[in-house]
Amino acid sequence: MKTRVWKFGDDVDTDQIIPAEYLTTGDAKELATHAFAKSRPEFARKVKEGDVVVAGENFGCGSSREHAPRALLGAGVSCVVAKSFARIFFRNAINIGLPLVEADLCESVDEGDEVEMNFEAGVVRNLTKGEECKFKPLPEFMQRLLEWGGLVPYIKSGGGEKDKERK
Amino acid sequence: MATIAEKILGKEVGEIVECEVDYVMVNDITGVPAFEVLEELFEVLEELAEGREAGGREAGGRETGGGETGGGETGGGETGVGIKREKVVVVQDHYVPSKDVASAEQAKALRDYARKYGIANYYEVGKEGSGICHQVMIEEGFAAPGRLIIGADSHTCSYGALGAFSTGVGSTEAAAAMATGRLWFKVPATQKFVVDGELARFVGGKDIILHILGEIGVSGSLYKSQEFYGTTIKNLCLSDRITISNMAVEAGAKAGIVPPDEKVFEFLQGRVRGDYKPVYADAVGDESDYEAVFEYDAAEIVPTVAKPFSPANTVPASELDVPVDQAYLGSCTNGRIEDFRVAAAILRGRKVSQEVRMIVVPASKRVFEQALDEGLIKIFLAAGAFVCGPTCGACLGGYLGVLASGEKCVSTTNRNFVGRMGHKDSEVYLANPAVVAASAVRGRITDPAEIAKMTKTKV
Repeated sequence: MKTRVWKFGDDVDTDQIIPAEYLTTGDAKELATHAFAKSRPEFARKVKEGDVVVAGENFGCGSSREHAPRALLGAGVSCVVAKSFARIFFRNAINIGLPLVEADLCESVDEGDEVEMNFEAGVVRNLTKGEECKFKPLPEFMQRLLEWGGLVPYIKSGGGEKDKERK
Repeated sequence: MATIAEKILGKEVGEIVECEVDYVMVNDITGVPAFEVLEELFEVLEELAEGREAGGREAGGRETGGGETGGGETGGGETGVGIKREKVVVVQDHYVPSKDVASAEQAKALRDYARKYGIANYYEVGKEGSGICHQVMIEEGFAAPGRLIIGADSHTCSYGALGAFSTGVGSTEAAAAMATGRLWFKVPATQKFVVDGELARFVGGKDIILHILGEIGVSGSLYKSQEFYGTTIKNLCLSDRITISNMAVEAGAKAGIVPPDEKVFEFLQGRVRGDYKPVYADAVGDESDYEAVFEYDAAEIVPTVAKPFSPANTVPASELDVPVDQAYLGSCTNGRIEDFRVAAAILRGRKVSQEVRMIVVPASKRVFEQALDEGLIKIFLAAGAFVCGPTCGACLGGYLGVLASGEKCVSTTNRNFVGRMGHKDSEVYLANPAVVAASAVRGRITDPAEIAKMTKTKV
């Protein structure tokens, strides 16, 4: 799938991703309408299904609010690529089925570039610049969680064994 | 040879271990999504349980850390699927008393869930034991040495000050632990922080952790456990240690642990639920267990302020001369009686500047009562401060002190991210209670030593 890049810097905190005043719902779609409301108010309006967030170090630091990855998922973000992730955000994202990639793309990717993600092979192709970047795929267990759409659907699948339609 | 984190989790660094947790805490913001996921899980688990024999799961790396939750009784029906209700602690604290209709609906939903699942450890506005969730967990005897506690709030790491391994999780993980009593952990590497020497006047736990953050940065402890040692830490009161452990997460740490001592045991007497077993690192003199060792001289730590927009953006308070619109004393970081005493000593006989709104929010009902008994509330009121009951309130931009555009707040809280306490163009300066009180009086960010110098009155 070809997707467009939204670029951020280091230490993007969860207060930025979803400010606390909107934490009166857990609904991903509703939260998505306030994603980055303070730091990038145009994000919620302009983000398209499948877009990718690219950031530097320590993405998702601060509050443990699961509302942050929910807001991104609700906005249609297909993946967050960052040099590193804050640990609670990392677990939350995997648990709710938001794919994460640990890779340093900040130098090579610009805002609005079109990229193509291959999670299994661990490759990001930058279609705008005609470049490729490899990344270490997530452990298989987490990939399976993501394929099922998170922890709850994964358990529902009987640990991924049940022959069901995947997400 | 192992660190405290490794011993509590029962495995070596880097290993994944599924552990029985002692408690799972949720609040009004994270609790409702957690119960929603829990109900979804119940449907799934019941379906699965029908075709399977109950129980028989292999134990993880640890036994429970005492307490009253070892039995693993469930509130379930015939299938054995149900909530581990004795492990669950529910605290209404972020947006209560409700600030608007949406937060009222949320608090109501949480209240209904707590009732539906028979949660005895439920803390309601104004009631005995109520307050900000982390202060409740500590005061009410849930937090204790050697325990493994998770909470759907990032500052759950606070209980490290009592020698627990405690860490923040999301709502989905909290739900999974509510249903199973267990959660998986990757055993983190440990960093050792040693602070030796005597602290100067007006310097406390807040300055120590801000000083450390200034040196290691907001990702300096990413995925790590921190352990704190040295004569300075040993001499700190428990409240100051809680401030340090509380902000471990601001460096990205999974836990921030202080080896428990007499001060902790004394605090827990007549308070702790069940029994507990302190856990210490092996061979304290041997540092090969630690990924890194950081050493600090207490004499070099001064009243410190973190400027916007990062808790690691630190400078000595004496180097700032920033006018402030608001001064905030409170939160899980610095809303305890010891903090109030420090601030009251400065505010006694003085007035908050006409240009400043000072807001005082005790971390719990107990702190409020004690502050009343000690006459501190009277001092705050006489100085021209606004005082209200415990809530997370304005710390996260909720209510009771939200900032307008361009406004600046000097605050004893823990985060100063963009828009944290209100408008995106407002600013938060993090500091200790003495700095906040002194700044409130002078109307500008002030090293408390300045106030002491400026007047003849003893501080």
